[in-house]
Amino acid sequence: MAHVPNPRPTGDFRATYAADRTLFRTRNETMAVLAGVVLVALCPLVFGGYVLSQLIMIGIYGIAALGLNVLTGMTGQISLGHGAFFGFGAFASAWISGNGIPVLIAIPLAGLMTMAVGMIFGIPAARLKGLYLAIATLASQYILQDFFARADWFTGGTYGSLAETASFFGFQLNSDARYLYLVLFWVVVAFVAVANLARTRDGRALVAVRDHYLSAEIMGINLTRYRILSFGISSFFAGIGGALYGHYLGFVSAEGFTIILSIEFLAMIIIGGLGSVSGSLLGAAFILLLPQAMEVFANGVATVVPAIAQGTAYIKQMSVGAAIILFLVLEPEGLVHRWRMTRASWKLFPFSH
Amino acid sequence: MADRGSVILKVDDVSVRFGGVKALSNVSFDVRKGELFSLIGPNGAGKTSMLNCISGRYRPTSGNIAWQGDDLLKHSINDRASLGIGRTFQNLALFGHMSVLDNILVGRHHRMKNNFVTGMFYWVGGARREELKERRFVETIIDFLEIQHVRNEPAGILSYGLRKRVELARAIAIEPELILLDEPMAGMNLEEKEDMARFIIALREEFDMTIMMIEHDMGVVMDLSDRVAVLDFGRVIAAGSPEEVLADEHVKKAYLGEDDEMLDALAAEEAEAVA
Ligand SMILES: Nc1ncnc2c1ncn2[C@@H]1O[C@H](COP(=O)(O)OP(=O)(O)OP(=O)(O)O)[C@@H](O)[C@H]1O
Ligand SMILES: [Mg+2]
Repeated sequence: MAHVPNPRPTGDFRATYAADRTLFRTRNETMAVLAGVVLVALCPLVFGGYVLSQLIMIGIYGIAALGLNVLTGMTGQISLGHGAFFGFGAFASAWISGNGIPVLIAIPLAGLMTMAVGMIFGIPAARLKGLYLAIATLASQYILQDFFARADWFTGGTYGSLAETASFFGFQLNSDARYLYLVLFWVVVAFVAVANLARTRDGRALVAVRDHYLSAEIMGINLTRYRILSFGISSFFAGIGGALYGHYLGFVSAEGFTIILSIEFLAMIIIGGLGSVSGSLLGAAFILLLPQAMEVFANGVATVVPAIAQGTAYIKQMSVGAAIILFLVLEPEGLVHRWRMTRASWKLFPFSH
Repeated sequence: MADRGSVILKVDDVSVRFGGVKALSNVSFDVRKGELFSLIGPNGAGKTSMLNCISGRYRPTSGNIAWQGDDLLKHSINDRASLGIGRTFQNLALFGHMSVLDNILVGRHHRMKNNFVTGMFYWVGGARREELKERRFVETIIDFLEIQHVRNEPAGILSYGLRKRVELARAIAIEPELILLDEPMAGMNLEEKEDMARFIIALREEFDMTIMMIEHDMGVVMDLSDRVAVLDFGRVIAAGSPEEVLADEHVKKAYLGEDDEMLDALAAEEAEAVA
């Protein structure tokens, strides 16, 4: 296990226990996060549709990836069905709001519904671990996909369903600039909630179940309860992300919620950093932006070497794959780890070695 | 709460079989409130199996275990902490990626009330207050075991001796009435052993715990224990005060070739101390 140096500057001693259990590890970190939120909030003043839509998608995927990180990173249970729970949230919110409930209320309700479904599909975790559990979650992926295709009343079946536009006391969140604030709100809520979870009783219990379930049990932790709860929390955030996604696109159809999406969520948390709250957002950004960056790269190559202009699509796909593999080899502990190490070396500069 | 000296744990005719292996055969003994009870015996004698029966990991093939007059075997493993039974493990069983502080806080799990909902809201609903209160308690354990300097380190990177200490800290955090220690001094150097012996003595005096200990270091066992039971091939071959056990012919035979001379020396020492 890699050891990350203590991020606090020397002389920054904690005088009280409260100060030692703060949400962020340093005052600078707190300021940086606040500044980040403010900057994103200011983006609509500066940027146009493309940047805003990317920010919205990073936020939406980031919330869902955060959920998966609670399950896989914190609790150590791999899920191959997270994409289906994301889809369930999208359909659920479209369905709830289609029945006359305001979208802003439908979104958390969809989260709760997805949570319930996630806990039902999490029941095998009471008996199964590791790869066996992963295969059981694969079953939940296919069962839900089948459900999406058949449950016309809920999902519109093969046609899909319309998701209403969100509105806030009659104010329509019908543009990227407006929708960004709704996503930003949920990003802040979700990330603060999970960061809080990580420093309180049940969050510790989840990590204890992952690190050593036999001794966790002796400490009074009910393994079954926490293994299933972890599916519940994880699915709640998948559902919130899915709901935001549905209302953003305005239309929900089953094609997007396949095993590919589930695997992309896994890639996000592995690249961002397993068990890391902020890593979930970094990983989501990486997986969303990498294909676009590689497209630019492939097109650039094609202008220099016109002979391969036909193959830019392949070059793009291959370089996405190569970048992910390189990343995993060079930085197996994720983006967050890289960032901490970089910061630690800045702080010690010029005496970093 | 039981009076000092009264029986709190009663192991009655317990046998454990793994396929053809009889790990324990008709073992009976009891542990009394406030005492330090040691379980000794050669490797593979069944000591850890006995502890596992008490802490719920193994289910006896036959026999009963009573905890404060109540049938212990009907309770699930995760009830042990709130029943008042804590333990450490022979092969370290810490939460390797968690900080020392969080490891010990897990020991407080069964005494805490905040859950994932109130935890997520932290500032409203009392989670913050409770976390800080428990943190304060855990700091007293950290001070007691002198591990302040590693409290924020991940437990997995600590030295063996420190990890043993953190395990003890986590078990103390349960505030159990009975603490089960499986070879707390194994693999330690003399200085670390002396520290550990000091902590174990203080467990009884400051934390008012009853201790059941498995230990191979006979010197430590004889010095610290009120009563000793000796297991060999899954059977209790002797039980009683340290000097009675040392004088026992069966015990000498069981340890024959191993520490024969050392046993004699210890027996002489004990006899002197008694006289
Ligand atoms: N889970 C198990 N499955 C099969 N056999 C087991 C199991 N646990 C213990 N045994 C066997 O039971 C016997 C007693 O083992 P145990 O670990 O209780 O001994 P011990 O007295 O603690 O030994 P040591 O001093 O080496 O720790 C051994 O023969 C061991 O192989
Ligand atoms: Mg043993």
